[in-house]
Amino acid sequence: MAHLLEVRDLVTRFYTEDGAVHAVNGISYTLDEGESLGIVGESGSGKTVGVLSLMGLIPDPPGRVERGEVFFADNDLLKLSADQLRDIRGREIAMIFQDPMTSLNPVLTVGYQIAEIMRPHLNLSQEEITERTVELMELVGIPNAASRRKDFPHQFSGGQRQRIMIAMSLACNPSVLIADEPTTALDVTIQAQIIDLVKRLSEQFGMATIWITHDLGVVAGLVNRVIVMYAGFIVESASVLDLYKKTSHPYTLGLLQSLPSLHATIATDRLIPIEGAPPDLLQAPVHCPFAPRCQFAVDQCWQENPPLQRVASNHDSACWRWQDVRAATEQLA
Amino acid sequence: MSEVTKEVLLEVRDLKKYFPIRRGLFRRQVGEIKAVDGVSFDIYQGETLGLVGESGGGKSTTGWTIIRDLEPTAGSVRFQGQDLSILAHGEMRRMRRHIQMIFQDPYASLNPRMTVGSIVSEPLEVHKIGTSDQRRARVQELLEIVGLNPGFINRYPHEFSGGQRQRIGIARALATNPTFVVADEPISALDVSIQAQVVNLLWDLKHEFGLTYLFIAHDLSMVRYISDRVAVMYLGRVVEMGSTEDVYRSSLHPYTQALVSAIPVADPEVEMTRQPIILEGDVPNPANPPSGCHFHPRCVHATEICLQDDPEFRNLGQDAEHWVACHHAEQVQGQTFGN
Ligand SMILES: Nc1ncnc2c1ncn2[C@@H]1O[C@H](COP(=O)(O)OP(=O)(O)OP(=O)(O)O)[C@@H](O)[C@H]1O
Ligand SMILES: Nc1ncnc2c1ncn2[C@@H]1O[C@H](COP(=O)(O)OP(=O)(O)OP(=O)(O)O)[C@@H](O)[C@H]1O
Ligand code: SF4
Ligand SMILES: [Mg+2]
Ligand SMILES: [Mg+2]
Repeated sequence: MAHLLEVRDLVTRFYTEDGAVHAVNGISYTLDEGESLGIVGESGSGKTVGVLSLMGLIPDPPGRVERGEVFFADNDLLKLSADQLRDIRGREIAMIFQDPMTSLNPVLTVGYQIAEIMRPHLNLSQEEITERTVELMELVGIPNAASRRKDFPHQFSGGQRQRIMIAMSLACNPSVLIADEPTTALDVTIQAQIIDLVKRLSEQFGMATIWITHDLGVVAGLVNRVIVMYAGFIVESASVLDLYKKTSHPYTLGLLQSLPSLHATIATDRLIPIEGAPPDLLQAPVHCPFAPRCQFAVDQCWQENPPLQRVASNHDSACWRWQDVRAATEQLA
Repeated sequence: MSEVTKEVLLEVRDLKKYFPIRRGLFRRQVGEIKAVDGVSFDIYQGETLGLVGESGGGKSTTGWTIIRDLEPTAGSVRFQGQDLSILAHGEMRRMRRHIQMIFQDPYASLNPRMTVGSIVSEPLEVHKIGTSDQRRARVQELLEIVGLNPGFINRYPHEFSGGQRQRIGIARALATNPTFVVADEPISALDVSIQAQVVNLLWDLKHEFGLTYLFIAHDLSMVRYISDRVAVMYLGRVVEMGSTEDVYRSSLHPYTQALVSAIPVADPEVEMTRQPIILEGDVPNPANPPSGCHFHPRCVHATEICLQDDPEFRNLGQDAEHWVACHHAEQVQGQTFGN
C-alpha cells in the first residue's frame, strides 16, 4: 500500500555566524493512513525543524532544506510552489504548536481566525462558516461557544487557547495532524484533557497524527510507532511496544533508564543518567553522533557513522552494536 | 527514606501572601491575588518535602515567602525555633546563610556578566566568610563537589550547557553550608538525560551535608522518586499532605487523585490499561477563586456543602500523618486507584 506521507533523506541546515548548524541530517520515514507516529528526542535534536521542513516553513535565510523528497498524495511537497504548499498546509496537513500564543493573532477574535482557515478551502456561505466555527469550538470543549467566538485569544486560558488551535487545525478535515509538543506548557491535568481530546478526535475523523514530544511517558500511551531522534538523525524507529521492550539503540536505552522507576525510590535505586552533554550541531557528523556519550562505543563507532538499518520487522536502529544493546535490554527486563 | 528525624526544622503556620491587583492611572488597588492563602506545614530535619500542584497554585510564592525574598502578608515561619517573619532585614540576611534557594531557570538565574567563580563566591562575600584566598579555594572545592572542572572558575555562564549551569546554581546555593534548601523546579528546564544527573547530585549532596529540601516540581514521577513526604497545592492552599506512599497510593483529595492518575508511565503495557481521570474545566482565575472548596467546580464529588464552606485541613492518618482539605475525603479514599 502506498504511504500517506513519505519522507526521504531530508537534510536541513541553518547558516549562522558561528557556522552551519546541522539540524536535520538525512531522515527518512513514512506515515500511513490513520496511523499515529511519535517523534521523541531531546531539545535541539531536530524534531521541529524536521516537520517544518516538510511543510515549507523553514525561514530562509538562515535555514535551507538542502536535500530530500516528501511525497504526499503523489506530489513532492518540496517541489511545490508556495501557493500550492499553502493550500495543502491548510487543508490536508494541519499543525498545532507548543505555544498557541505564537500562532494565534492577538488582535483578531478567535472565531474570525477559525473562519479564516476555512474560507479559502471550503466552499461555504458566511452563515455556514459561522455555524461550523461554533460547532468546532463546541467540539473541542469551549463552553458558550456561540458568544465566545467573539473573544480575543488573551481572554482564554492556556488550555483553552490550545483547544482553539486544535479547532483551527480540524477546520478543514485534514488527513494529517502534526502536534508539536502541544501540552508541554500546560498543567498535568490540562495536558491529560488535551491528549484525550486529540486522541478521540483523530480516531473519530480517521486522521493520521504525528506527535512530537520529549516525554517517553506521553508517547507510550499515545502512538503506534515511535521515531527517536538524536543530533538530527533518526537513531531508532519501532512499534511502541518494541521500542520499550526490545530497545536496540544505546540512546533510547539511556533515555528509558534516566526515568524514575515506578517501583523504587532514589534511596534504593539511583537514577542512571546519560553522562556527558548534548551534541554540538556545528560539527559535521563523521562518527556516530552518540559515540561521545555511549557506554557501548568501540573503535568502529568513532570511524564510521552507523546507517539506520533494519534489525527486526518494522524495527530500525542506527548503531553498530545494536545486538548487544538488545541483549542488554532483554537482560534488564 | 534517609536519616529523617522527627525534629521539626521549619514550621510554617497560616502563611499568606496576597498580591495587589492595580488598575488605571493612579494604580488603584482593585483586588488581590491570594497566591498563598493560609498554608501550614512542618518540614523535618533531613527530609525532602515535595511540593506539587497546578501552575499558578502558589508553589514558588510559598518558597519565596519562606526565605523572605517576598514579605509574607500574614502567618509565621519558624526555622530551628526562631520566627523568621519578625526578624529585621539585617538579621534575616544573616539567617540566609543557612537557607538557600536553587532556581528553575539555569539560563536566567545566573548573571551573564559574572564569571563562574564570582557567581559561586558571591554568597561567601555577602556573609563575609573567609579571606579571598579561602573563598577561592572554597569555590574550587564546590565546583568539584557538583562535578564541574575547578579550572572553569574564570569562565562565563554562556560557555556552559543547561545541566552545567544548573550545577553552578547548586554550587552557589551550597557555598555557605546551608541547612535548608528550597529547590524551585531545579530540573524542569533540563533534558531528560541531564535531569537524572542533577537529581543524583542533589541526593548525594543531601547525604553528604545533611541537607533538608523543599523540592518544588511539576514532574510528579520524579517527586515520588525522591521525596519523603509530599504536599499538594491548589489555588493558594495545601489540599493534601502526607508520606509519599500515602499521597500517591491512597490519595484522599479528588484533585490529588486526578493528578496522580494523569502521570504518564513510560511503559506501553501499563499505558494500555491506565485510565486517567479527566477533570472537567479549567484552572480557575486566582483573583476570583470559587467559593467554599476552591476545587468544587471541577470535582465529581462536590455537594452543596462544598460550594459554601471551606473544608478544614484535617489529619486522617492512622500511623503517619495524612492531612487533607476535603469535605468528602472519607468517600474519596475508598475510590483510590493505584499505579
Ligand atoms: N532559525 C534558526 N536559526 C539557527 N538555528 C536554528 C534555527 N531553528 C532551529 N535551529 C537549530 O536547529 C536545531 C534543531 O532544532 P529543533 O527546533 O528542530 O529542535 P527540537 O528537537 O524541536 O527541540 P525542542 O525539544 O527544544 O523543541 C537546534 O540546534 C536549533 O538550535
Ligand atoms: N509578583 C507577583 N505579582 C502579582 N501576582 C503574582 C506575583 N507572583 C506570582 N503571582 C501570582 O500568584 C499566583 C501563584 O503564583 P506562583 O508563581 O507561586 O505559582 P506556582 O505554583 O509556582 O506556578 P508554576 O507551577 O507555574 O511555577 C499566580 O496566580 C501568579 O500569577
Ligand atoms: S554506534 Fe557505537 S557509539 Fe553509536 S550508539 Fe552504537 S555503540 Fe554507541
Ligand atoms: Mg521543538
Ligand atoms: Mg513556580
